[in-house]
Amino acid sequence: MQQLTEIRWHARAGQGAVTAAKVVAETALAADQYLQAMPEYGPERMGAPIKAFTRISTTPIEIHCNIENPHIVIVLDDSLLDVVDVAEGLTDDGVIIINTCTPPEQVRAALNVPESVRVACVDASGIALDTIKRDIPNTPMVGALIKVAGVVDMKVFKSLLAKNLSKKFGQEMIDANWASVDRAYEEVTVA
Amino acid sequence: MAEQKLVATTGNALVAEAFRQIRPDVVAAYPITPQSSIVEDIAKHVASGRVHTNYVTTESEHSAMSACIGASAAGARVATATCGPGLAMMWEMLYIASGMRLPIVMANTNRALSAPINIHCDHSDVMGARDSSWITLFAETAQEAYDNTIMAVRIAEHPDVLLPVMSCLDGFITTHAVDRACMLDDETVAEFVGEYVPVNALLDTENPSSHGNFSGLGGLYFEFKAQQRAAMARASSVVAEVGERFAAISGRSFGMVEGWGMEDAETAIVVIGSSAGNVRHVARQLRAKGQKVGVLKIRCFRPFPVEEIRSALRGLKAIAVLDRSDSFGAEGGPLYLEIRSALYDLQERPPVVNYVYGLGGADVKLDLIERVYSDLSGIAVDAVEPAPLTYLGIR
Repeated sequence: MQQLTEIRWHARAGQGAVTAAKVVAETALAADQYLQAMPEYGPERMGAPIKAFTRISTTPIEIHCNIENPHIVIVLDDSLLDVVDVAEGLTDDGVIIINTCTPPEQVRAALNVPESVRVACVDASGIALDTIKRDIPNTPMVGALIKVAGVVDMKVFKSLLAKNLSKKFGQEMIDANWASVDRAYEEVTVA
Repeated sequence: MAEQKLVATTGNALVAEAFRQIRPDVVAAYPITPQSSIVEDIAKHVASGRVHTNYVTTESEHSAMSACIGASAAGARVATATCGPGLAMMWEMLYIASGMRLPIVMANTNRALSAPINIHCDHSDVMGARDSSWITLFAETAQEAYDNTIMAVRIAEHPDVLLPVMSCLDGFITTHAVDRACMLDDETVAEFVGEYVPVNALLDTENPSSHGNFSGLGGLYFEFKAQQRAAMARASSVVAEVGERFAAISGRSFGMVEGWGMEDAETAIVVIGSSAGNVRHVARQLRAKGQKVGVLKIRCFRPFPVEEIRSALRGLKAIAVLDRSDSFGAEGGPLYLEIRSALYDLQERPPVVNYVYGLGGADVKLDLIERVYSDLSGIAVDAVEPAPLTYLGIR
């Protein structure tokens, strides 16, 4: 029996959603699972709304199409809530994780999703500014994902993160990113 | 079977790794989305000393292929990559590469042709070059793109062939998606492709020769073209043979056509490239419901595997051919025309319908494929009059 998890990422270009979608997919390799991650390339300009997709499966993934009925939606910028229907097609037992300072109850009311859908909020931008010193909320959002939905193994993710960052940065940046993941894991709240 | 490394990476990164392992003497290229990361990666491999290739940057694709032709005629093993408008700009030189019988290997990351401007996947680029006497392989996945690229070298350089090979993968869908794949080790690939021994190399001063000479009226142009056709015909068995040899080292089978469920299928979809996975996924679901459906994926488009196609499609009740490009003004897309032609000599010809789909990267949703199978069932079971050509999923 195939166990397939489909994640759709909403962000603005430049927030690191494509990288996060790829790294989350790569974590599946350590568990000998199958994976797929792809961006939906549109107008390539900073700040434009973009989507990215991650599939993780226990069996080979044959399909090459966008994800229309995700189990998990991750929103890296809450200003998109007014622009994009981020909950479109979300499964009834799904979860939506949003980078926002607004409490999850309020966000839930605005989203108009069924009771069965969990809404999780975390101030990933605030955490990123505190730890990484830049508003790049992608890594803390994965911390929230791990807490709320599992899917990704924390240790595997942190080691992949370090591997990716070490191409350009030193240990200080790796530690800051790890701290951002841990804080989002602790601080995410669900309604 | 050789030891392999499990990786999670993009199709483009894998193709660049294949090129590194092939160790071409010369790569001359011009970057174009979505091919760019292939040539960027090759440039990085060269700059970091991981491969000793002479990497030549050019001012256009026309120049890139010209430089490839010069280097190949001189006696070098040559590789490059392009797509879409870049391939279109190479068009004149494509014929020169094949006419001079130069075994150049090129990756093509299938991209639409403008206008309107579009950088996404379809097969208009490669179908525009289908008559240029390049052997043409298509990949469904990043893994197949890697495998095809390595096999391409052996096919191109085979003494019975000596034709250039285009190894195609779908732009963005395969080039930019992270996928799970296996890589052979460097020594295994080096051994598989072997040392390149050029034929009539210009730099072989002991045996001087000239290439691509004037051959006008009274010349041998016509005879040269007949030789090209014969070489392309001989390529069929070489492609199959190289595929078998590659399967022996990789454990991954290669067929010029690859069928799924075709043994007892009543209806089938014929498809090229990444969408074959979408079609197979839907076919599995329909099989689970008891419907006898099949999938025929074309992995080698030139030479066109007529016998294999005929034997796979013989006796079916209805067939749909999916074309990711159109031949405007013709009866249908290029694949449709050739499939229909291949079936013409059968005693009982099955009904064949054509769907043009996914132009400019339009998403190949699973419900569209379900609709095609449902249409086929209508034709096969309820004797619905087939619609010859449908633009699938048009808004």
